[in-house]
Amino acid sequence: MRYCCSLFGVTAVVTLAACVAASAQGRTYQLGSAPGEEEIKARDIAISPDGKELPPGSGTAKEGAAVFAQKCASCHGREGNGGVTRGIVPLGNAKPVKLPVSLVPYATTVWDFINRAMPQSKPGSLTPDEVYAATAYVLFRNEVIKETDVLDATTLPKVRMPNRDNFLPAQPGWKPGQKRPFGYYP
Amino acid sequence: MGSHSHSNRRWFLMGGASLVSYVMGAVRSMRGQTRAPEARAKDEFAYGTPSPFDNTVRRTLGQLTAVTDTALTTPLQDLDGIITPSGLHFLMDHVKGWPDIDPKQHRLLIHGMVDRPVTYTMDELKRLPSVSRIYFLECNANNRPIRGANGESVQNVHGRMSCSEWTGVLLSVLLNECGVQKEASWIVAEGSDANKYTMSIPLAKAMDDILVAYSQNGEPVRPQQGYPVRLIVPGWEAIRSVKWLSRIKVVDQPYMAWHESGNNADTIPGGKGLWYRFETGPNSVITRPSGGQRLPGRGFYEITGLAWTGGGAVTKVEISIDGGRSYKEAELQQPVHRYSHTRFRFPWTWNGEEAVLQSRCTDERGEVQPTLAEAAKNLGVEPDYFYQADHFNGVQPWKVNRDGSVQNALLL
Repeated sequence: MRYCCSLFGVTAVVTLAACVAASAQGRTYQLGSAPGEEEIKARDIAISPDGKELPPGSGTAKEGAAVFAQKCASCHGREGNGGVTRGIVPLGNAKPVKLPVSLVPYATTVWDFINRAMPQSKPGSLTPDEVYAATAYVLFRNEVIKETDVLDATTLPKVRMPNRDNFLPAQPGWKPGQKRPFGYYP
Repeated sequence: MGSHSHSNRRWFLMGGASLVSYVMGAVRSMRGQTRAPEARAKDEFAYGTPSPFDNTVRRTLGQLTAVTDTALTTPLQDLDGIITPSGLHFLMDHVKGWPDIDPKQHRLLIHGMVDRPVTYTMDELKRLPSVSRIYFLECNANNRPIRGANGESVQNVHGRMSCSEWTGVLLSVLLNECGVQKEASWIVAEGSDANKYTMSIPLAKAMDDILVAYSQNGEPVRPQQGYPVRLIVPGWEAIRSVKWLSRIKVVDQPYMAWHESGNNADTIPGGKGLWYRFETGPNSVITRPSGGQRLPGRGFYEITGLAWTGGGAVTKVEISIDGGRSYKEAELQQPVHRYSHTRFRFPWTWNGEEAVLQSRCTDERGEVQPTLAEAAKNLGVEPDYFYQADHFNGVQPWKVNRDGSVQNALLL
């Protein structure tokens, strides 16, 4: 500081000091590095129920049928009823007491998993348009949307899954850490 | 560590073939043959391996729910104490195989509703203050009463759980470094396996005791267990303990990713689905004697097993030798750690008559492990609801028959 003699220099040092103070606030160990916006954007693939992370693009069930035939049918079966692995109808897996059609609460859940994990031979390789189309095909086959419905970042989160309101906490009102009545575990 | 006699367990052998090989092995080992150094595998010098006479203490392939699963179960009947050797830790993944991750390339990103997003290299993570804690991990599908044709053994029914000493950084330390914003209420944790496995966890748990672990039983976490770094969520079903951890996003709602909704939700009669089964219930199982083993004759045996609970510490384990009509308290191996396996021991003299052995756990909250009938009554379902359901923590009875054979008696 003592080397700063011009008015400009003093201002610069004060500003720099303020920045250091701000970034150090709460950061005790000064380890790690700040990621760039691009890195965050590229890795930020989890889709919330309100769909705010969804990328631009769109697709219909009709387009999705072509995507399915090309990239999904070899495992899920030509008709989507199961092949090497489980089918796409109904959504969710086989449980002792099945809900009609679906155990999935949000359409974003379907988009997210197709986008991150499918096809198994090359996960993450589908374009956004292909993911929208494949999601539309799966939802159409489960009678959730119509064949001509266009799914995009605006319409997908608005799709109402059939069992959206049919989920309960294991014990209504219970919160982690609280004692539970006998036999209600978990 | 109690007065467990090593020779006692040798009577609880599984099947005749093992018995034969054991006897032959005993004869040979009594001669104390020492193989020449050059006859041993190179790695036996660099990294010790179990005795060739103990080559039956191995994981076995668990029943799969989909062809894309990988399932390996821990041989609980063969283990002592509370720590599971890393190579015998259970494995249950909804993806084939596991990734080989170069730790030098690995980056943990923390972002979302924080003031200062950050990426950590593994070297940076290891420079931060560390803790070591003994925690169990239990698959939410552990303890299913029916496990297919081989469902009679404790390895098949309960082998989707293990317990290790985990070392790492508390997630709260990392989150505090980033400055969590006050509107935040959940985190979304993501792995770097083929599925980029994703789970939502309440922020309160993340700020409490979740561990970002890079070490298991003193050495780097094994690739099957999440190398180079994973989450450990103490006391909660292990589906939340994301392996191969690469990203944490701080958010204001659960994201309901595939493996926490459609793939892991349970249903109850009436058409409702169940969400948010976080903590495991109080639980215990006798590991010796247990299903598939055979007692060679009447006389003294030590009944031993494991208890664990998402409620914290196990405070009491009771043993019944008459199918639950009466219980007596077992000795707990000290110290008892919270969210850890707890070893119990109980002396027993078998009179040669039929006996049904079972254990019952009570935890620090006073929560008690139910029987199958009690669990069904309380949830308002028939007992067969639990046959293929997840999250079951009922009492496990083993029946000792007059010929010394032991079988699963839950559904007898």
